[in-house]
Amino acid sequence: MQPQLDEAGQVGARKTAPDEVAPKRRWGGGRRSAVAPYLFVLPFFAIYCTFLLYPTFSALWLSFQKAVALDTPSFIGLDNYVRLVQDERYLHALRNTTVYALASVFILSPLALAVALAIRSFLVPSANLKSFYRISLFLPFITSLVVIALMFSLVFNKDFGLLNAFFHSVGLPELNWLRSERLAMVSIVLVGIWTYLGVNSLYFLAGLQNIPHELNEAAAIDGANRRKTFLHVTLPLLRPTILFVVIQATIFSYQLFEIPFLLTNGGPSDATLFLSPYLYEVGFSQFDRGYAAAIGYSMALISIFLTVIQLLLYRRFNR
Amino acid sequence: MITGNRTATRMWQVLGNAVLLAVVFLMIMPYVYMVSASFKPGDELYSIPVKIFPKSLYWGNYELLLGKTNFIRWFFNSVFIGVSRMILASAISLMAGYAFAKFDFRFKNALFIMLLATLTLPIYVLIVPLYSMMVAFGWTDHYIALILPLAAQAIGVFLSRQYLLSIPDEILDSARVDGAGEWGIFWRIIVPLSQPVIAVMAILFFTASWNDYIWPLVVLTKDQMYTVSLGLPTLVGPYDQQYGAVMAGSFLSAVPIMIIFLIMQRRFIEGITQGAVKG
Repeated sequence: MQPQLDEAGQVGARKTAPDEVAPKRRWGGGRRSAVAPYLFVLPFFAIYCTFLLYPTFSALWLSFQKAVALDTPSFIGLDNYVRLVQDERYLHALRNTTVYALASVFILSPLALAVALAIRSFLVPSANLKSFYRISLFLPFITSLVVIALMFSLVFNKDFGLLNAFFHSVGLPELNWLRSERLAMVSIVLVGIWTYLGVNSLYFLAGLQNIPHELNEAAAIDGANRRKTFLHVTLPLLRPTILFVVIQATIFSYQLFEIPFLLTNGGPSDATLFLSPYLYEVGFSQFDRGYAAAIGYSMALISIFLTVIQLLLYRRFNR
Repeated sequence: MITGNRTATRMWQVLGNAVLLAVVFLMIMPYVYMVSASFKPGDELYSIPVKIFPKSLYWGNYELLLGKTNFIRWFFNSVFIGVSRMILASAISLMAGYAFAKFDFRFKNALFIMLLATLTLPIYVLIVPLYSMMVAFGWTDHYIALILPLAAQAIGVFLSRQYLLSIPDEILDSARVDGAGEWGIFWRIIVPLSQPVIAVMAILFFTASWNDYIWPLVVLTKDQMYTVSLGLPTLVGPYDQQYGAVMAGSFLSAVPIMIIFLIMQRRFIEGITQGAVKG
């Protein structure tokens, strides 16, 4: 990937006395000393450092402080983090969010793989049908979570919702999907599955398309049946994709905001309190900025932890 | 043996398609219900038993939405913010991606690893200090607060770099021999060659901006500065009896993205799934 110099003489000269030997004819001189790459990365990193890195570190500092509303902040060390593990509502939010994340891993991901296999394999014979499935599955992912939340507040409505209308017509009892402590979480998981099923099956589809057909054919010639081919050929080769989907789903589950915030507003009685709406409440309603920063860092730790696991496992798969 | 296999295959096909059709049906139904609710007057919407399709097309919800709320203004705000952020973010990502793909410079690897590390950093980590910055700059309730701070997206740099690695160095070197300056090479060679990746980024960034909720929620307080995503849920309150208008607004706000998606669906899906394949 290293750029080749255009004059053979320069390459040789570079080894002994870089830069001085070759006359600098181009803007910024030879590549090694050029200012060009710095100028090209400058606009991006100027914004990146100002609005991402700086506030990230500033939040770390803030999380060690007692900073409520407009009071002068005072340093309190790790007190905000100690408070996290004693805060019933925080732990409750962490548990709810984890339940949702686990549902993403153990319900959503296998379903998505099944849908991708169905689209990919012999099951769907025509290309048009395939792209029709693809478009419909993708639709929820490009719809804003706000619209999805509003849409489902109507679908789940106890009195005139679509779901209860269906339940009624098949003789099942009508349920209070959003206002019952037991069901509210189920409803949110259902909306999550509905929203992300399509895009995750497209991830799997992309992964499946990377597996050469010859391998499946070879397995078939060797007498392996479909189940064996799937378990011993497809699944192992799909490992990187599975890893990607599972980790991404987990990371974004821990960042979910709009659906619990707008669909149930955390209720009833905190049954669907998630981490990010809790942070919003602490930081922007109670104005407890230091504590909100600590909650934010606890969320970052989760995402960093998961990303590191992903990178390590990738390395192992790629050897 | 062979015929038996064929029958089995046939059976699987029918079964598989039936399952897929059921899934697709479940995906589409909420949209159908949303659109149909937007054409129902209140008494019909709240009547039992629930009917999926409206008796006749009732335009009152749309009149209410467009005439009595700030929806049109919100729509304009979302378009303006989305287009600005899309242009800015794509431009700086392409430039940085070009540097990472085609140059050697000090700290290159360190910078790249830093980008990797912050790729999945949740905005919640920095949202409190970032909001304080907006207050300090006097940017709350200004467009710039929604355009500039979220313009540096690492994913854009990755996509650009990945794409530009495939462009042969010889093209750039021969331009250098011909005396082209570095900026000229970028503007006249790299930008035209990068149309596909620019399209992918444009779609990603516009959609992200259009659908963004938490950041506008934090930095916008004036109703007339709201984006569509921020404004829609506020209609539920005052127009509680007018769920139809909320559904009308939801439908109208989903339409632009759907149109872009239908026109450019291949690029769209490519952009989203690229990360999964490349790792």
